[in-house]
Amino acid sequence: MAEAAYIYDAIRTPRSKGKADGALNEVKPIDLVTTLLTEMQSRHDFDTARVDDVMLGCVSPVLEQGNVLPKIALQKAGWDETVPGAQVNRFCASGLDTFNTAAAKVASGWEDLVCAGGYESMSRVPMGATGGPMAEDPETNIVTGFVPQGIGADLIATIEGFSRDDVDAFAVRSQKAAAHARDSGWFDRSVVPVKDMNGFTILERDDFIRPGADMQSMGSLKPSFAAHGAMGYDAIALAKYPQVEKIHHVHTPGNSSGIVDGASLVMVGNAQVGKDLGLTPRGRVLAIALTACEPTIMLTGPGPASKKALAKAGLTLDDIDLVEINEAFASVALRLQRDLDVPDEKLNVVGGAIAMGHPLGATGGCLVSTMLDELERRNLKRALICMCVGGGMGIASIIERV
Amino acid sequence: MGFDWDKDASGIVTITMDMDGQSANTMSEQYNRLMTETVARLEAEEGMTGVVIASAKKTFFAGGDLNGLLAQEVADLEYFTGLEDKKDLLRRIEKLPVPVVACINGAALGGGYEICLAANHRVILDSPGAITGLPEVTLGLLPGAGGVVRLTALLGLEKALPLLMEGKPQSPKKALALGMVDEMVATREDLIPAAKAWIKANPDAAQQPWDKKGFVHPGGDANHPRVRQIIATAPTLLIKKTRGLMPAPERILDVAVNSMRMRFDGALRNESRQFCTLVPSKEAKAQITTMFFGMQAIRGSKFRPAGDPWKANCSAVLGAGMMGAGIAWAHAARGLPVVLKDTAMEGALKGKAYSEALVARQVKQGRMDEAKGASLLGLIKPADTDDFEGADIIVEAVFEDIALKEKVIPETFARLSETGIYGSNTSTLPISILAESCPDPSRFIGIHFFSPVDKMQVVELILGEKTSQDTLRKAYDYVKQIGKLPIVVNDSRGFFTSRVFGTYLNEGMELIRDGMNPVMIERAAWKIGMPVGPLQVQDEVSMVLAERVRETHKALDARLGIEDGFPVKNEGSAAIAPKMVAMGRGGRHYGGGFYDYAPDGSRSLWPGLGQFAERNREISMEEAQDRMLYRQAIETLRCLDEGVLRSEPEANIGSIMAIGFPAHTGGAIQFIRGVGLDAFAARAAELAELCGPRFAVSASALDKLRAAASARAA
Repeated sequence: MAEAAYIYDAIRTPRSKGKADGALNEVKPIDLVTTLLTEMQSRHDFDTARVDDVMLGCVSPVLEQGNVLPKIALQKAGWDETVPGAQVNRFCASGLDTFNTAAAKVASGWEDLVCAGGYESMSRVPMGATGGPMAEDPETNIVTGFVPQGIGADLIATIEGFSRDDVDAFAVRSQKAAAHARDSGWFDRSVVPVKDMNGFTILERDDFIRPGADMQSMGSLKPSFAAHGAMGYDAIALAKYPQVEKIHHVHTPGNSSGIVDGASLVMVGNAQVGKDLGLTPRGRVLAIALTACEPTIMLTGPGPASKKALAKAGLTLDDIDLVEINEAFASVALRLQRDLDVPDEKLNVVGGAIAMGHPLGATGGCLVSTMLDELERRNLKRALICMCVGGGMGIASIIERV
Repeated sequence: MGFDWDKDASGIVTITMDMDGQSANTMSEQYNRLMTETVARLEAEEGMTGVVIASAKKTFFAGGDLNGLLAQEVADLEYFTGLEDKKDLLRRIEKLPVPVVACINGAALGGGYEICLAANHRVILDSPGAITGLPEVTLGLLPGAGGVVRLTALLGLEKALPLLMEGKPQSPKKALALGMVDEMVATREDLIPAAKAWIKANPDAAQQPWDKKGFVHPGGDANHPRVRQIIATAPTLLIKKTRGLMPAPERILDVAVNSMRMRFDGALRNESRQFCTLVPSKEAKAQITTMFFGMQAIRGSKFRPAGDPWKANCSAVLGAGMMGAGIAWAHAARGLPVVLKDTAMEGALKGKAYSEALVARQVKQGRMDEAKGASLLGLIKPADTDDFEGADIIVEAVFEDIALKEKVIPETFARLSETGIYGSNTSTLPISILAESCPDPSRFIGIHFFSPVDKMQVVELILGEKTSQDTLRKAYDYVKQIGKLPIVVNDSRGFFTSRVFGTYLNEGMELIRDGMNPVMIERAAWKIGMPVGPLQVQDEVSMVLAERVRETHKALDARLGIEDGFPVKNEGSAAIAPKMVAMGRGGRHYGGGFYDYAPDGSRSLWPGLGQFAERNREISMEEAQDRMLYRQAIETLRCLDEGVLRSEPEANIGSIMAIGFPAHTGGAIQFIRGVGLDAFAARAAELAELCGPRFAVSASALDKLRAAASARAA
């Protein structure tokens, strides 16, 4: 690596229910982004002209999230007009992908300072708003054997033998850990309150968490994908997994990631630019990885991606202090834990998307901030961040505190 | 003759299609010539105010040339261009500067209805024969003359998809309600005046809605949220049904959806491109061969001895068990009075109750009115004595026990009318042996019904050695009289259907013996298109019954002084079924078999099946799939070769409709043709090498198939 890629900061908005009754529904997607751009600049008081690129992930970059929103947001936030911007879509990996690409750009020596992250107002531009050939071109749909990812999550649980109780218990754990972390103020450094044009606060902290969740309340929820399965998706998935007699539909809204609104912003740069701007690095990027695996089960990519990143970094899991797997579905996290043999105490220590929500394109950036905060608070060294991704992809990043 | 041209004083030109030398108008070379000339003349005609397209035949237009399509082995660029030229004629008709009206006097199916779609207005005669629709999908094709694109534009995606993907023809009233036609008239004479009146009232209606600026598909364009949802789920719903084995509905769906995303002429061209992929497909050949020509042969009584039509006016069914009750229903449902006899009145009443339940259900669902239901039930007379003197047909459906049947047959035969025939419903007992108990074996025939009788369309007619052609003729007509399809076979143990069906069950158990995961065995059956996996279906028919049949054949062998009289050695079944029965796992009816059955109706494979694995061979899905298909096809081929089966159409339709052989193959013999005779022989040889002689194929049997194909082509 020509240059070390340092993380100078990682911030995010609080997350709130991504439906019409969510707290951030009244906030424009672009303003979630300008809130963070303004905060990043004012927090570090640096010359934004030094930023080479701002890439932000978004999975539904259409309508009010379209138009290469990041570039427009830079103008609206008053950043220097020489700063370019782009939106990136790699399904749920979008945010982490911009972070990895930022690190790669800096490491290559060709750019000095790059911002990454993402945004997703799921309440205003709902999932699926982009359309696309995967489901909506009949020929493609049939040739590729399209199934919704929830079917894949249930298939993972079936194959791995995770019972409804197993996935519910994992969800309760996520809720308890997230509530405790939030209430203890552990997210306060990263979470930037969203305010209106008067400076009145609209949302200060994550409000999607259900601290009171327990096995009983989890157990009362109905499976989310049983009807989809019966419609034909189970049959399509089982044609690829002929050894599985039937899919157990264990995932519910309670043990799957929440649909929320939110945004994230991470700043990555080389040593020199930090010195020039008076920034103190919080961490650095050790390795990044992308993979893809069997696309019908779709969500088993985190394991292979993590192994690839570990190999690239010359590390083993013993060298990793914390592991953060995006909680798209409980079975995804449990499968990753099994794939890498992660001890409980290292895994998702402050909860995850089951409790706090998964604002698709923004989540990768949120995970970076969470891990930096937690490495610092616990005085630990390295974290592995990984996510499952649509189309069977997997993504991972390894960061180290400096 | 040809295309008659008549221009009236108001300037309306009426084209009456009356093609030479054929009873119906069809898409032939003659059509191309006539239509080309007519369109050019219409385009050049001065002072024309409208066009009416009518037919002088009994039907409006019969559609494509299926013999030609069957012979078309490639659809190359030249074929595509030719198709485009033909379609262009219809495009030019709809682009004429005057309104065009189609007068639908009789059936307008396929290409015929596609001509109507190019008109601006469709008037239909309110007559049962005037059915409209696009049945191409049932032939493994898509409507290639603009049908997919225009129907989608006319009705919108949601309404068009079922019509296109199921291909069911519609009655005039239904077509009017669906919007497939615009106006209905009471008499044939009203058709042209109604068309002309519409033209006069709508002189500016020359442009199709889809050629108008700002056209939006009814129900919403491809970006409408509701339409998007239909688009996203339609492929899954389709695959659930077809398992991805039928390319035609997939193509239709793709053409229809994408027709909404491109300009109209591009959509028509895309329809032609996709049509070209289907024309040479083995699925299209299979559907045309079996579902059209094969069905036509059976329905047209090609395999019936010549002679006057025969009709039964009164009947008796002996034994009011499940089969007898079902047969009585089949009689009454088609207006044939029936005495349903059992040894005790209680049993006879119970048998009639089966029909009562069916009637009640149909009345509740609105498919039958109460009066019809009451008269139907009035035709079933339960009895505990032989109170059916003068019956035209007696069907004995007593328990499958040779001694019992030999007692019942002579006791009741005398009750037949002078010209009546006597049938034995059996799935396995040799007819020639039963016939020995019959006072007149020439009037005795095997009539094998399938369960459930009200749903299963096929009936296997089994000729005993002494069954007369006259009896076969009557039995054939009787089967058709009760609305079923007769398949005629010669007498042999297990006949055709039971013999081949047994090989499917056996292969499932052979795979268990080989050590294959039972879940994968059932999935392999799903993947090839079998309606039910071999283990599940064995549970349904029950291993207890299978054991009883095996005992029956042993007893027969003893009586005849032979060994292994059954023509097939089902070693897998013999190795597993008796043990399952001994363990109290005789099938679903016995509380469990290969599956465990939960009180909520769900089932899961019994974990104990591993004990039957004798080998530990790695069986690929492909091998399992091939074995289940090939085994049935090979046994069917043997039946044909031995003369148990008498024709390919009967083999094909019998295999699909009685045994559940996958329909997309066109039946067990057409499957062999679809694979290719040489490729089939090669794969069968591989399987014989792996699994033994049950997969051996005789070269002479294949030679006969080869010879039959060349004879047809000549």
